[in-house]
Amino acid sequence: MDILGTYDVIVVGAGHAGIEAAHAAAVLGAKTAVFTLSLDFIGNMPCNPSIGGTAKGHLVREVDALGGLMGIAADATFLQSRMLNRGKGPAVHSLRVQTDRKRYHIWMKHALELTPNLDIHQAEVVAADIQDGQIRGIVTQLGGYYACKALVIATGTSLGGRIFVGEAHYDSGPDGTHAATALTQSLVAQGFTLRRFKTGTPARVHRRSIDFSKLERQPGDPDSELQPFSFLTRTPMHNKVDCYIAYTNPQMHRIILENLHRSPLYGGDIQGVGPRYCPSIEDKVVRFKEKERHPIFVEPCGEDTEEMYLQGLSSSLPECVQNEMYRAIRGFENLEIMRPAYAIEYDCVDPTTLKPTLESKVAAGVYGAGQFNGTSGYEEAAAQGLLAGLNAARHALGKTELVLARHTSYLGTLVDDLVTKGVMDPYRMMTSRSEYRLSLRQDNADERLTPIGREFGLVDDARWAAFCRDREIKQQELKRLETTHVKMADLRALAPADAELGESGGTALELLRRPAVSYAMITQLIGAGEGITPAMAQRIETEIRYAGYIAREERIIRDIRRHEGVAIPEDFDYAPLEMLTLEAREKLQKIRPRNLAQAGRIPGVSPSDLAQLSLILLKANRTQNGETL
Amino acid sequence: MDRMHKTVCALATPPGAGGIAVVRVSGPEAYPIVSKVFVPLHRQKSVLEARGYTALFGHYTLRGAEMDETVALFFRAPHSYTGEDVIELSVHGGTAMADGLLEALLLAGAEPAAPGEFTRRALEHGRMSLTQAEAVMEVISANGRQGAALAKSALDGRLAKRIGGIQTALQSVNAHLTAWVDYPEEDVPELSDAQFTAALQQQKAELDSLISGYGAGAVLRRGVDCVLLGRPNVGKSTLLNLLAGFDRAIVTPVAGTTRDIVEQAVQLGDIRLNLFDTAGVRELGADGDAIEAEGIRRSWKKLEEAGLVLAVFDAAQPLTDADLEIARRCQGRPALAVLNKQDLADSTDAAKAQLQPYFKQVITLCARDAASLQPLTAAVAALLGTAQLDPNAAQLCSARQLAAATRARDALTEAICAKQNGFGLDAAAVCLTDALQALCDLTGEDASDRTIDEVFEKFCVGK
Repeated sequence: MDILGTYDVIVVGAGHAGIEAAHAAAVLGAKTAVFTLSLDFIGNMPCNPSIGGTAKGHLVREVDALGGLMGIAADATFLQSRMLNRGKGPAVHSLRVQTDRKRYHIWMKHALELTPNLDIHQAEVVAADIQDGQIRGIVTQLGGYYACKALVIATGTSLGGRIFVGEAHYDSGPDGTHAATALTQSLVAQGFTLRRFKTGTPARVHRRSIDFSKLERQPGDPDSELQPFSFLTRTPMHNKVDCYIAYTNPQMHRIILENLHRSPLYGGDIQGVGPRYCPSIEDKVVRFKEKERHPIFVEPCGEDTEEMYLQGLSSSLPECVQNEMYRAIRGFENLEIMRPAYAIEYDCVDPTTLKPTLESKVAAGVYGAGQFNGTSGYEEAAAQGLLAGLNAARHALGKTELVLARHTSYLGTLVDDLVTKGVMDPYRMMTSRSEYRLSLRQDNADERLTPIGREFGLVDDARWAAFCRDREIKQQELKRLETTHVKMADLRALAPADAELGESGGTALELLRRPAVSYAMITQLIGAGEGITPAMAQRIETEIRYAGYIAREERIIRDIRRHEGVAIPEDFDYAPLEMLTLEAREKLQKIRPRNLAQAGRIPGVSPSDLAQLSLILLKANRTQNGETL
Repeated sequence: MDRMHKTVCALATPPGAGGIAVVRVSGPEAYPIVSKVFVPLHRQKSVLEARGYTALFGHYTLRGAEMDETVALFFRAPHSYTGEDVIELSVHGGTAMADGLLEALLLAGAEPAAPGEFTRRALEHGRMSLTQAEAVMEVISANGRQGAALAKSALDGRLAKRIGGIQTALQSVNAHLTAWVDYPEEDVPELSDAQFTAALQQQKAELDSLISGYGAGAVLRRGVDCVLLGRPNVGKSTLLNLLAGFDRAIVTPVAGTTRDIVEQAVQLGDIRLNLFDTAGVRELGADGDAIEAEGIRRSWKKLEEAGLVLAVFDAAQPLTDADLEIARRCQGRPALAVLNKQDLADSTDAAKAQLQPYFKQVITLCARDAASLQPLTAAVAALLGTAQLDPNAAQLCSARQLAAATRARDALTEAICAKQNGFGLDAAAVCLTDALQALCDLTGEDASDRTIDEVFEKFCVGK
């Protein structure tokens, strides 16, 4: 075989996970190559043309805070931006943008091309060369061999991809790319446990065929209020498009129910498990019979195209049924479908076979990210890709790898859920998956993660300088608020008559703890803080007002940190520990938790099992340290 | 679980009747917590400043009430059994005083120690050799298994169902909030402030009732320390025999034949009474015999500790000063006046009127008559609150469960407050999550998984 290259890190796939993995590895100084089935699909969005949303927006901010690309790319190519959940409290504010799909791809492709230490290859990887439980290299479809010290698998829906539309089905990746079928066999032969998951996407339709007068318009936030994803983006932003809302109706539901037997989901052709959070329209109609209508969001795919995406209408019904049911919707009477909806099955790994570094327990140096790890969503993929690429590079360079604890981030929570609890269906990030919602806000991702990104080599000097400056400005402002007194009479003059401002005046900081007092009111009295941006003002207001609740969470976080301090050796043998229940021993043996806190989160490990384990560990440590009995 | 940064407390002596009961408090907050509970006799002394290897005498308080005399022994880290700051509090034996003290400590911020936790802490702080620890581990593991089995059996059945009901209701609110927050673009109906608060209030009331039922429930499970008190010859021993069903105490017409406190467990309706018949209380002359005086002192002592006092009076004779002294000492205690020898009395009205101000209830009976058991049973059940307990409703049955239920209840209170004080739903939701977590600690489930399952079951959401 021809040896065509030697790398520290090879990344398979250049979707949202692969991009961040390749970029992170290269930035760390590892000699990196990324392989993609097609250069024209780098950073492709085969499903909705949008980035962010609840919890997902948090992940984008975290990727950015750690030095990743997704946030900057989204800011550069967005079409419309909205901060969701504005009225529901700062913990759950979530940024979501419509993105120009093609321009996003072009931006990302160029960004990778400009990244030093990074080679880009268009080729299908057909085999992983693993010897003695250690990755050695990969083989391409053309017979080329590339050696590597670490491999990141970020294959998305292409690995073993199979598309279903009604009775028709065929091997394929998304958007007409071909499926990667050979790599699956290679991985299974090496002892990887793979499974089938399924997802789906709705039709793309021609703009001119929609009667927008029958739809509700959904504009973006006012330009003056737009916030970027990236902590580095400081330029003014403005919306370019509107979205629209349509609704399904009973007539359309009837068409679906009458044709249900033609759906591969209900006919039994599809074996893969679909995501609960992203049900097809068939699922919605069957499971929620009492609902007379479901919303559909009509979203432009870009500025250089007339294609529109129909969020909420993913389906695997035959093309003729799709035509009929879509046209039953008000405003869609003359709909021209350009790409029909489809369901796609693909291969992924059981994430409980991964370590919290995202390295496989099966083969040293092999990392997984994105849909390969059982998740779904561009943002979940990007976040894992960044971590997998970072750790692959550090593995190759012989450095300590990064494990993000749950309390640091949504990313840490996501990875811990994956490797500790496993997944039954494609995993989507949700705010309720985190116990620390008030602390893990999207507005403070930089304070939480940029120092970690800096320590592990991802955050460059420019980002670090910007972060330090912001941190200094915030501290100065907090100090000013703490030392500036405000008179109640002055405050009352500004506030509505019925506002409950409290009895007496005090320092600006004290007054801000009262829900009726806003930072805007305070600055009207004491002047604006130096260098304070609107986003920073909001962060300061949140942190002061919610201090009590944040402190409550921090107490819990401190508890957890103690448990995280009790490490469990990687080769620890649970089998002889008869004082633990059999179920606990089996689960512990399989998951191999890194520390007591993680052990406690494994389903089937009880608090009493944990108490026993802590004693045993202590004894083991003492014995190891050569203490006499 | 590594909980070494928490301060824990537990009974260190065997439970049940004994000379003294020792409650051990260990952990970084031991001194501040005990300072809230223990009041030194000499007010200028301070728990916070107490040095290691010293002792203070005083009493402990529970919800503001002065409770038993207490001796506090102080140990400073690392010179203690566990290697942490430790205070050992000695109170009088029997379950009532020690339980009260534990309750007071939990209220002050301590947590119940897990089985073997003191020993584990000792081991972890290097206060114990591994050989010792291995021996202790055997015990801990035995306790652990037993404890696990016990906890499970308590959670099977009615209590699990009742807590499950609260969980389900809160879970449903939380799932609604989650769907509403995580899917802002779907048409998930908004939960109004009124609905949110009402739903939480209802479950808080349910927890309140569980928590307040804990005392009465404990009476049903463990029985209650009961003192029989009265002047000589008013018929205490006859009453004891009525309760016990055989001649346990010697009953003679000569005053003062029962000098020792007699212990006897009897079942009165649903309640087990741990009976203490006390030496007759009578005024002592100058020639008063010393042994009798000691018996009388013990009687008064026992009165203060008892969970139930049955004060016996002779209905056939006018009340004496000694009777009234007994009545006065019963005031504010869980005491029932028993006017005995009803069959020999002309009228009990005068005596009743005199006793009523001091007792929760006064009943008349004839202890020689077996039929008297029934009104006595009813009166005791009413007094201890067990009559109000729904026998089919489950009760909390351990201090651990009480602590978890209390944590859940307090978190709900905070959630309601947050909403009322104008904070966003996210602040309230954090408290709600905390409440759910506390309940899941009881049942061993994962709160967040349950919520997410419910979101997808009940709401039609998806991109």
